[in-house]
Amino acid sequence: MAEIRLDGVRHRYGRSDDALKGIDLTWEDGGAYALLGPSGCGKTTMLNIISGLLTPTEGRILFDGVDVTGASTVERNIAQVFQFPVLYESMTVEQNMRFPLRNRGIDKREAQARAEEVAELLEIGHLLKERAKGLSADAKQLVSLSRALVRRDVSAILFDEPLTVIDPQKKWTLRQALKRVHSELNHTLVYVTHDQTEALTFADTVVVMDQGEVVQKGTPDELFERPAHTFVGNFIGSPGMNFIDCAVRGGVVGFGGVDLLRLPSSVSPDHEPGDVIGIRPDFVRCAPLDRSGPAGLEAEVGAVRDIGTAHLVELLVGDAGLVARIPPGEHVPSGRCTVLMDGDDVHFFRHGVRVEGSSSVVGTGGAR
Amino acid sequence: MSDPSKPHNNKAWFLVLPVVASVAFTAIIPLVIVVNYSVQDIFGPGNRVFVGGEWFRNILNDSSIRDSFWRTIRFSLQVLAIQIPLGIAIGLAMPKRGWRASMALVLMALPLLIPFNVVGTIWQIFARADIGLGGYVVNDLLGITYNYSQNPRDAWFTVLLMDTWHWTPLVALLVYAGLRSIPDAYYRAATIDGARRLAIFRYIELPRLRGVLTIAVLLRFMDSFMIYTEPFVLTGGGPGNTTNFLSISLTKIAIGQFDLGRAAAYSLVYFFFIQLFCFIFYTAMKRQEV
Repeated sequence: MAEIRLDGVRHRYGRSDDALKGIDLTWEDGGAYALLGPSGCGKTTMLNIISGLLTPTEGRILFDGVDVTGASTVERNIAQVFQFPVLYESMTVEQNMRFPLRNRGIDKREAQARAEEVAELLEIGHLLKERAKGLSADAKQLVSLSRALVRRDVSAILFDEPLTVIDPQKKWTLRQALKRVHSELNHTLVYVTHDQTEALTFADTVVVMDQGEVVQKGTPDELFERPAHTFVGNFIGSPGMNFIDCAVRGGVVGFGGVDLLRLPSSVSPDHEPGDVIGIRPDFVRCAPLDRSGPAGLEAEVGAVRDIGTAHLVELLVGDAGLVARIPPGEHVPSGRCTVLMDGDDVHFFRHGVRVEGSSSVVGTGGAR
Repeated sequence: MSDPSKPHNNKAWFLVLPVVASVAFTAIIPLVIVVNYSVQDIFGPGNRVFVGGEWFRNILNDSSIRDSFWRTIRFSLQVLAIQIPLGIAIGLAMPKRGWRASMALVLMALPLLIPFNVVGTIWQIFARADIGLGGYVVNDLLGITYNYSQNPRDAWFTVLLMDTWHWTPLVALLVYAGLRSIPDAYYRAATIDGARRLAIFRYIELPRLRGVLTIAVLLRFMDSFMIYTEPFVLTGGGPGNTTNFLSISLTKIAIGQFDLGRAAAYSLVYFFFIQLFCFIFYTAMKRQEV
């Protein structure tokens, strides 16, 4: 178990662009982290740099303050699970599980006990005596997972999209099992995924990456409620955050003639190109047309989609389109309606970055 | 049994006819002729006697043919014992990428492209004690007495060395191809699990090479069991009978003595053993796959 710190880590494959663009990041000891980002954003590169399978072009990696940049994987004592199952096919399942322990000279009886323990945790106890070769794809991945979990003393366990090949129903059970392992052993876990549900349900802290950079690091709630970047707003949540052009005048942000936010004095009070406001579909509400309501937020209702857990309603305010998520049991509008937004749920982004410290303008257009 | 919605048209059988005809001409008819010869004693055109199974009894009881058989088996086993481990070692040592990999592949493939009797001729000259470079180095520079045309041990050694030079690249290339097909993730996982080089070979590479190695063993066994041209050019089966393999002694009977009936019976027995070994290998391969 260790605190892992990346210090100015930059990596380049051959002559191409940087896969990692100078990353400073600390994984605290015992944390359960998710590393989230679209395919090709550098997640796997970062993971392989942590485990020592790759040496970064620039920068240092520190385990508990000790520089391990040049240290081998074995010296770092890292466990890692890959996207596709990797098994020693000539061995049985339990031999597979004992293999990492055997290589480190751990007594066979102890290794066997540990293998059985982990097998029970992952519910593969009945497979222990089977040949690894004949297993189904998801059973194979479970065995790969179990091999990462058998060692108690690892610095960290890294998962590289480990549940890609597993049935959807089983994924949830497995994530729970991993959380259980985590609470028992208190390893540092890093879980790479491009699936936000997986990231948000597994981790205490989520690190979002895009194009070789860390965009935001925070709890699932923080990412959802206060995305630091339009990318995070878009990537997290289904559907992603609504982004609409807005008016900025005298430090006040408005939309459709309604004032919503007052900007902090630290930023320019005038409109700059690319200024947008963002609001989660969950916080957009629709009310029947009401003459006393703010005229500017009258919307035309477009397509309505039933996604089972809610209705997604497309709304057109002026020429700005947004989506509202109407929870079950609430009225689904049709024709025309009034859009209600609470200033507290609205975020202002300048050059793609969220402006911290805006305050809600009270008394105008807010939800009642 | 017959489904009216799927009409049967037996004319389709005619489509098989070309295959049947060509197989008949290339395999069945020649084989039947050989069988026909094997039960007769042929003195000349129009002068033949039916002898039944006499040639077969003769062949199976002939001690020099039996010696030939065991000599050939011994040769094949030695070929496998040398060429398979050596091929694996070369395959493992070959560069993995870049121009070095291409160069290694070309160098490895070269011996395989040389015609058999050219290989025999090359070694015939190279290993000669009087004018051959190899023979000269061994005799005069290393001071070891070596003469493949007179000393049985030297002859056997030279044939084995020649075959190893000629065919080990095949094993190496097969192993190389097998190694290239192992995904990187396996090596990474092994590194993570703390496996040492030997363990990586034993638990990752060897199991994944099983398919190509079975093919390599099969090819090398069959080829060496049927070896003819190279030792025929090099030693002609001698000195004495030291390198008189089955195929060489068969040729001596068929062409040298023109004993057609006996040669036919010999051919059938030889053929039977090859079929038998093929069957054994095939069954073993099938069993491995399960």
